[in-house]
Amino acid sequence: MKTYDVMVIGSGFAGMAAALFAANRGLSVVQTGATGGIDFSTGFIDLLAVHPIAEQKVWEDPFAALAALRRDLPAHPYCRVSDDEISLALQEFTNFLGQHGLCYRGRDKKNTLALTSAGTLKPTYLLPCTLWNGVEAREKKANTLIVDFHGLKGLSARQIAEVRKDWPNLKTARINFPGMGGELYPEHMAWSLADPARRAELAEMVAPLAVEAQYVGFPAILGMTDTSIVLRHMEELLGRPVFEIPTLPPSIAGPRLRAAFDRGLPGLGVRTCTQKLVTRAESSEAGFHFTAGSGSTSVDISARSAILASGRFFGKGLKADRHHIHEAIFDLPVTQPENRGRWHRPAFFDPQGHEINQAGLETDAGLRPLGADGKPFHPRLHAAGAILAHQDWMRMKCGAGLAIATAYKAVASL
Amino acid sequence: MITVTTRVLIIGAGVTGAGLLRDLALRGVQALLIEQRDVNSGASGGNHGLLHSGARYVASDREAAVECREEGAILRRIAPQCIDDTGGLFVAVRGDDERYVADFPSLCAASGIPCRGLDPGTARLVEPALSENLIAAFAVQDGAVDPFMLSLDNISQGLGLGCSMRRNLAAISMDVSGGRITRVRCRDITTGEEVFIEAEIVINASGAWAGMIAALAGRHIDILYSMGSLIVTQDRITTQVINRLRPPADADILVPGGTVSILGTTSIRVSSPDGCRPSVAETNSIIDDARLMLPILERTRYIRAYAGVRPLVSLGPAGDDRAVSRGFSLIDHAAEGVENFLTITGGKLTTYRLMAEKAADMACAKLGVSAPCRTSTEILPSSTLGKWTEPGRGPRSWVESRTEDDIVLCECEMVSRGVIDSIIDEAGAMRGRSMLKAVGMRSRVGKGPCQGGFCGPRITGHLYDRGTATSTQGLAELKTFTERHWRGFSPILWGVPLMQAELQEALYCGAMDLEFGPPPSTLDEESEKCLAAKEQP
Repeated sequence: MKTYDVMVIGSGFAGMAAALFAANRGLSVVQTGATGGIDFSTGFIDLLAVHPIAEQKVWEDPFAALAALRRDLPAHPYCRVSDDEISLALQEFTNFLGQHGLCYRGRDKKNTLALTSAGTLKPTYLLPCTLWNGVEAREKKANTLIVDFHGLKGLSARQIAEVRKDWPNLKTARINFPGMGGELYPEHMAWSLADPARRAELAEMVAPLAVEAQYVGFPAILGMTDTSIVLRHMEELLGRPVFEIPTLPPSIAGPRLRAAFDRGLPGLGVRTCTQKLVTRAESSEAGFHFTAGSGSTSVDISARSAILASGRFFGKGLKADRHHIHEAIFDLPVTQPENRGRWHRPAFFDPQGHEINQAGLETDAGLRPLGADGKPFHPRLHAAGAILAHQDWMRMKCGAGLAIATAYKAVASL
Repeated sequence: MITVTTRVLIIGAGVTGAGLLRDLALRGVQALLIEQRDVNSGASGGNHGLLHSGARYVASDREAAVECREEGAILRRIAPQCIDDTGGLFVAVRGDDERYVADFPSLCAASGIPCRGLDPGTARLVEPALSENLIAAFAVQDGAVDPFMLSLDNISQGLGLGCSMRRNLAAISMDVSGGRITRVRCRDITTGEEVFIEAEIVINASGAWAGMIAALAGRHIDILYSMGSLIVTQDRITTQVINRLRPPADADILVPGGTVSILGTTSIRVSSPDGCRPSVAETNSIIDDARLMLPILERTRYIRAYAGVRPLVSLGPAGDDRAVSRGFSLIDHAAEGVENFLTITGGKLTTYRLMAEKAADMACAKLGVSAPCRTSTEILPSSTLGKWTEPGRGPRSWVESRTEDDIVLCECEMVSRGVIDSIIDEAGAMRGRSMLKAVGMRSRVGKGPCQGGFCGPRITGHLYDRGTATSTQGLAELKTFTERHWRGFSPILWGVPLMQAELQEALYCGAMDLEFGPPPSTLDEESEKCLAAKEQP
């Protein structure tokens, strides 16, 4: 049986990034993990926007926020990576996505406010390029038309216009999507727009509504693997800049990311065992033996090192019974609140966030998770992403950035 | 200020107030029902939905046992749409008090309650989830009742007969002169608008709030507040109601409710009926205890918890709240100098109709109305107000009668946009602070595994599309709805529900930054006094 250099456990942002970085460094890589988590991604690459969370202090400069965070929270996993490493990691990651049809854009050392499906504004660091005209339109408060569709549940243009009363020149229209009726799904709509004729039909319906508009916004349905082509074609047809607004997850953002990795990683020699979770793990001085999946389709894997990027509860990296939180694969010690009564606060939206979201793995400086004795569990086991303790990615707005940066560091420490 | 006149003012739209509206309407007496929140906001919504055979009370309260038996028979006849006639079992496990077990059949017989002994093996064939350690089992005539459908159907018939109702209208003061309440001052808690209501008779049917309402007229009622928490399982664990055969205690009953089962309860003395919520400690103790009877309860998935406050009218110094009568109290305040004021409180869901009858009899005697009560013989018509609370109706209607362009907004329970529109349209004048919450109360929305995580934002979008929500008010309503669900969701977060909660926070906070922006509506923030009181030893 082949022994891989590195086994990446997980296929969210951290797992994908770890597989990419390891492969780019010439290592032989095998990757497992269900892709469920990434299906709920917004597509935004957050770096850091809120700190301290209890004060809900929002930062425009994520690197200034990082400096403050490193001063205030010495246990935060961002303290294990330098600004340079973060920048290099994001660059390598977005370059790869760009090569596979998913272009990203942001401002140098500045967060950008992006429009969400709820009509709220979310500070993020890098956005899919298809959203960028929307950022400009909103900043200029330009005459803008947002179109939505009968039968598509994840976006209400009227809601956005109501919530964004600070953008008075925002108009909305609800139309039928050409060639489809009943309940619509972003993925189906996006695939159908691969056909230029369908795009022309859509533009024909929108054009008379957009006479006064300087910009036209659509729900994120403009293409699956060819978004920049679809977007450019719609702009030509409509004669004005066009942008997308992310729909309520599960949106098209997840499948687009997955498609880009599915296209790009095999070319780098990464072997992926998709939709398989690790069901058995053994470690020895020489390395690791895993079984992924169960029953007749299970796969045995050997690797010299491993990167644990299995995520939190939704990703199944952590699991909880009625009393305790456990790490799912190696049963590593999990830093956690004393008892279940302290996991969550009485209010869902409590600005302090829930204590359980800070639970996770302790590591050394090289992101090696610690065992029960306080020493690295294994010299070549590293951890990356949301499974790490002392961070709350949802409240700090640091999910993808932390995943990509710690994956970079974990690979560098192999 | 507007003054509204009515013959009878009923305060409190729990099941008793709803039953009173129907009762008076059937006697031709015009009545107005007011409610500070929404239908069944108190104990009428925060209970098991158990139609008592009466067997639970045979040892402690024979009068209550007999009432339950009689009322159960009436409800099966007049309101079959609200009832799942499941039957019930009383079971004991090794270690339970064998003397109580031995006395049980004769105590049932003494109250005229049918009870049939089963050997434990047979009981486990009927209900395979029961423990191997079963030592005794008896079959009784317990059933399940949908308290929301029951209240909504009662109200609907009352409205159809010319009575009226106002939601979100709180009684805030009463003018008493010449031994009568001359008018009741009320405030719409959504708009702040005040109205005077002049009534010939005022009936206080406010359940756990009865002492506070009586105090508005200067009357004093000693009420004990006993909070009970319950947990809902994702799947229906048993076909019948399962009772622990022992003196009333915590965690002694599992009631099927459509596709789920409801496990409870606790009994904790609290100092106020407001702001109660179930806790992690209670859910743990309920499961630790009940799994002895049904071991599957340790492994099964739960979807939420909730709490209700039982109003127990104090009859003197009492120890355990369960020793206080679960029977009801009808108080004629004429004896204390307020001639046109009465209070009906206490009791049980099963006896709501009888409570309404007795209170209406007293009111009619004062009014000089001689029409007899008809609620025990007249069929309770099934209304469109209540139908969408029924589990399984959403999917059925979606399959049978969907229109071409309809879409499903709540995927867990298959509630379509068309259904939500019809609920909003019917809610009409009952429209209030959170339409999303009102939709949740009147349908299965938010009751499936996602607990509102996905359908909440979708329905919010639809409310904006309809123009029912404007500016950031829809987001505030979504946050109110979420916080309300969180009360029930947060105590059961381990295993799969914890993953669901994490996903919800990833959506609401990670993706949409909803922890910023408009705060949840404070109108629904009941005081936390009760919680504080509970945490004191």
